[in-house]
Amino acid sequence: MEFPTQSSPYLPPRNDVGRLMLTVILALIPGALCLMWFFGWGVLFNLVIATATAVAGEALILRLRHRPVRRTLMDGSAVLTGLLLGLALPPLAPWWIPVVGALFAIVVAKHLYGGLGYNPFNPAMVGFVVLIISFPLQMTQWSAPAGMGQESLSFVETFRMTMLETLPADTPLDTITMATPLDRAKSDLSQDLTWTEIKTNPLFGSFGGLGWQWINAAFLLGGLALLQQRAIAWQIPAGMLGGLFLMSLFFYIGDSDTFASPAFHLFSGATMLGAFFIATDPISAATTPRGRLYFGAGIGVLIYIIRTWGGYPDGVAFGVLLMNMAAPTIDYYTRPRVFGHAKSDE
Amino acid sequence: MAKTEPADLPLPDAPQRVTLLKTPAQFPGGADLDARKAQSLQEPIRIARVPKRLYVPLSQHIGEPTQALVSVGDKVLKGQQIARSLSYISAPVHAPTSGTVSDVGSYPVPHTAGLSAGCIVIDSDGEDRMADTGLRLASVLDADPAEIRQRVRDAGIVGLGGAGFPTSVKVNPGPGRNIDLLIINAAECEPYISCDEALICARPQDVIDGIHIIRHAVHARQVVIGIEDNMPNAIRCLQQALSDGDEHDISVITVPGRYPAGGEKQLIYALTGLEVPSQGLPIDIGIVCHNVGTTAAVARALMHGEPLISRIVTVSGAGIKRPGNLEVRIGTPIAELIEQCGGYTEGVARLVMGGPMMGFSLPSDQLPIIKTSNCILATTWEETPPPPPAVECIRCGKCAEVCPAILLPQQLYWHARARDFDKIQDYDLFDCIECGCCSYVCPSHLPLVQYYRFAKTEIWNLERERQQADIARQRHEFRQQRLEREKQELEARRAKAKKALRPKQGDADAKKAEITAALERVKAKKAARTQPPGNTDNLTPEQQAKIAEADRRRQSQRNEP
Repeated sequence: MEFPTQSSPYLPPRNDVGRLMLTVILALIPGALCLMWFFGWGVLFNLVIATATAVAGEALILRLRHRPVRRTLMDGSAVLTGLLLGLALPPLAPWWIPVVGALFAIVVAKHLYGGLGYNPFNPAMVGFVVLIISFPLQMTQWSAPAGMGQESLSFVETFRMTMLETLPADTPLDTITMATPLDRAKSDLSQDLTWTEIKTNPLFGSFGGLGWQWINAAFLLGGLALLQQRAIAWQIPAGMLGGLFLMSLFFYIGDSDTFASPAFHLFSGATMLGAFFIATDPISAATTPRGRLYFGAGIGVLIYIIRTWGGYPDGVAFGVLLMNMAAPTIDYYTRPRVFGHAKSDE
Repeated sequence: MAKTEPADLPLPDAPQRVTLLKTPAQFPGGADLDARKAQSLQEPIRIARVPKRLYVPLSQHIGEPTQALVSVGDKVLKGQQIARSLSYISAPVHAPTSGTVSDVGSYPVPHTAGLSAGCIVIDSDGEDRMADTGLRLASVLDADPAEIRQRVRDAGIVGLGGAGFPTSVKVNPGPGRNIDLLIINAAECEPYISCDEALICARPQDVIDGIHIIRHAVHARQVVIGIEDNMPNAIRCLQQALSDGDEHDISVITVPGRYPAGGEKQLIYALTGLEVPSQGLPIDIGIVCHNVGTTAAVARALMHGEPLISRIVTVSGAGIKRPGNLEVRIGTPIAELIEQCGGYTEGVARLVMGGPMMGFSLPSDQLPIIKTSNCILATTWEETPPPPPAVECIRCGKCAEVCPAILLPQQLYWHARARDFDKIQDYDLFDCIECGCCSYVCPSHLPLVQYYRFAKTEIWNLERERQQADIARQRHEFRQQRLEREKQELEARRAKAKKALRPKQGDADAKKAEITAALERVKAKKAARTQPPGNTDNLTPEQQAKIAEADRRRQSQRNEP
């Protein structure tokens, strides 16, 4: 009897890229819901528009590159890029913001930089950075989180805002634009207010920014689920949170009046989203165990520097991209000692 | 009296002492696999029928193929040597039963490349008459170790765990080498395979006798049997046999059942916490490892006079009606073996020799069982589906997590794909044991091991070509040098003759100096030609043998029409 031959191993593979991406997408749900709870329907519009654009852009490019469209879309990486970008955008951004961001992320940062597996930078963060550099006005208009006393916009009002950039006449300005806790902390600290004084502002919650602390907690929850599922390596989030924590602790201990507390840094802005979902994008991250720790730590340190002394509202996107560039070199110098090689072997 | 320094003689290594760990260590990497051994362990070992016609390959081991000692029409007896080894790393072949040699020629053999190779075809006379092999040693434990090694060699014994390295080489530590620990490998880590467990349960005494013989031959201070903790029956049988025989100096240590716990380097690490040096052998750290099946074969040969003409084979998989372990004569066609296991089931899809992780798929069942055939797997598509289409590597690093050699498989893959063979050696490709864990966990379904095998073969290939080119260039240069020298000598002679004629001319010396300078330059140039770096320089005998085998395979491939 004749049989087909093939190279070993023969057992069915244990993992699958599509399943991995799906796990990550599912783990985003608690954080996304929490973000919606505090910032309204605009978050949903961002997610839908960014994801749809990302998928459409991916399909278009795959067709142009003569690659299998259906199968590649099924791997879920374009969906994930769209979702991550959507989560990073201000909730009342006009519709073309997620469209431009997602198109740039997929067409340029992913495909023109090499395609899945070859893109050196995190596509969602490239899209985000292009937006924040090109459209600073739209990108820094964060609405007030729920719990600040403002009436939030209804579904229809939000839709009109997103699509037509029109609002009901009597909307107070704070509803559509208000400083985020990170902005607030930076500007107040620069005006010589002490950290204790700043924290009395209603924008601040018990440990992070108002609303933001729970959003971060929800992303942390999703991130822990990813670790439990072994969908991501622990070294990157550990490195990044560790780096950010140690940096903020160092300055906070040095002068607790002029520097924000470590808890505030860990539970504000995109810290947890960045640590578990963005920095862990394996394609653009370091890949050796030790290298991942350094890679994460580098991002954590950069986030602190940009947040404290930089001109941008948050530092996650820049931190990730800057460390993406260092990833190949980090990998080269952090190769593990191969089994049976001498300990001092360099 | 002046003290003479024996500078040229290697000093014997200081006796190495190996300490066993109190609790086995977890080797790096590895994967938890479903054992699937129960189906082949339902019945005791069955004795397979001797087929009418046996195909006995001349090469069933790592090393040089053997040379046939018989020709068509010769009558042979069971156990009679029918092929001899011509080099140190080789193992002779014996007739598995009595009968007539009906052909000596090329037949398909089980092989990764699915090639044909030299075989001796024996038509059984059905009498199964045994030859006097002269392998038995009366009081084997008082015998000279050299005598034991010779008989192990004469018995054609090779590593039965699957690698097939000649055992006689492994029971010969060599001068100045000291073996402190003998490890008997009973950690059968690949799914489905249960021939070692079946053997231990059925013939523990052979195993123990073999241990004594090997221990005596290598002068090992301690002996330990390493076994996976998911083989409770085998553990019980061994312990029972050891306590019945008052064998207090052979210990049984269980290691966690995690693939590839039965890998030599992994088992040594689990038991001792020591790492076999890269490109080295266990003996470098005072250890030698033998598979239980090999150990029993040594006992059968030296205590019962039986050369290696049969082995226990696991026949398993959902493609087999009646899975089990069978004692099979070498040379039995697989199809006959399958028939004795009730034949194939409806959905049979693949035929594999060895396990599902490191085995190789066979194109047909018209191939013989050889000394290294520990398992025949007939699987359904459900068990071993066709590989899903591969997508790009996403550098998730899951491969690195499971790699027992602590390599970075994602980087190796990258460089193998780019055919960057310098870089891939920089990432220690040759430390890869091809266990298949990386491919198994790869979410992109990349056939990683296939890439590494390809890269290794290509590197050996290039290395060989480079060596040949070097030899050719050297020859050419020698010839050029010789011609030059002859020319210069001729000219020198002429000049001398001229000088003799016209003794006043003084530039002959200058010319001579020029010639010497030219010769010096050539010499310096030659000396400066650096040896290329690479870890293919100091290869172990196994690796050299593997290279030789790959070469041979390639050669035979070229010879194919």
